[in-house]
Amino acid sequence: MYNENIFNYLRTEKLPHIWCPGCAHGIIVGSMLRSIEKLKLDKNKIAVLSGIGCSGRTPGYLDMNTLHTTHGRSLTFATGIKMAKPELVVIDVMGDGDAVAIGGNHFIHACRRNIDITAIIFNNNIYGMTGGQYSPTTPQNYFASTSPYGNMEPSFDIVKLAIGAGASFVARADAFHIALLDNVIEKAISHKGFSVVEVMGTCPTQFGRRNKMKEPYQMLDFVAERAVSIKKWEEMSEEERNGKFPIGIFLNENREEYVESYEKNVILKAKRSNV
Amino acid sequence: MKKKYKHKIFKNLCKGCSLCVHYCPKKVLEIGEDRKVFAARPEDCIGCHLCELRCPDFAIQVHACSEEEKEYKS
Repeated sequence: MYNENIFNYLRTEKLPHIWCPGCAHGIIVGSMLRSIEKLKLDKNKIAVLSGIGCSGRTPGYLDMNTLHTTHGRSLTFATGIKMAKPELVVIDVMGDGDAVAIGGNHFIHACRRNIDITAIIFNNNIYGMTGGQYSPTTPQNYFASTSPYGNMEPSFDIVKLAIGAGASFVARADAFHIALLDNVIEKAISHKGFSVVEVMGTCPTQFGRRNKMKEPYQMLDFVAERAVSIKKWEEMSEEERNGKFPIGIFLNENREEYVESYEKNVILKAKRSNV
Repeated sequence: MKKKYKHKIFKNLCKGCSLCVHYCPKKVLEIGEDRKVFAARPEDCIGCHLCELRCPDFAIQVHACSEEEKEYKS
């Protein structure tokens, strides 16, 4: 399945989109739309939310129920929507700064509750929209506008964070390996429970220009050469792993979902007690 | 007979980032003088759809030609 029906899901009058030439955000949105088409979901039964940042522009281009919320707080809005209308498929699109820096607290608690939301994190390793400041996911020794001597902080591992916080579906994909990306997003949307997909993207304008990767394909190659499948990752030594990241599905388990559990443990008891 | 493909390019959406040109295994596409992509050698296309999947701007689609179109072209 390719892009032949993609314009059915887009607000075509808003296109071309605002993202820079060669930005991987468009690739990820395309993959998301193909997954939605493959699952044959009704676009009027999908809610897409976002926070602030480059990724925050996504809902503006999608012809679905969309909401552009405050920085880092999109998961709280998503939780509200899911609780009020459990029949909707809720997809939350977040940037790396949105999910693990400003909204880090909301992120871990949404993971803990295991509420049926799909969180897709567009990880471009930098705060792209505000001028290229380093974010918690900028790799060590790479340059950003606020780290002119190279970033000295170790970066966040979003997959480990999500597993530790209790999400029931955790995967990482990247914008180069499209088949895996399509597959992972499709599985994440159909999974019941909180699903986290970290997608390693690119930022040729803010990250690439400062790190000798001016062309969009250089940036995408940079992602591709660091990505290693989980199987190969397990065989690698600690030295070989340096600077690379594993891709694939790390966790896929069925646990009690929050809305169902709330129905059973709170609503029913409240009705019985007649307070 | 070799399958033929035609490239549907939305010039209003293309930003000329050249990802499709770089990742095409058969070097079918090129950036024109208007800084938009065009199919320079469509007869070489093997229909892998990589350009379509990698385009961040939804600007290119690859369609297999139907039987009549094949005859018409040859």
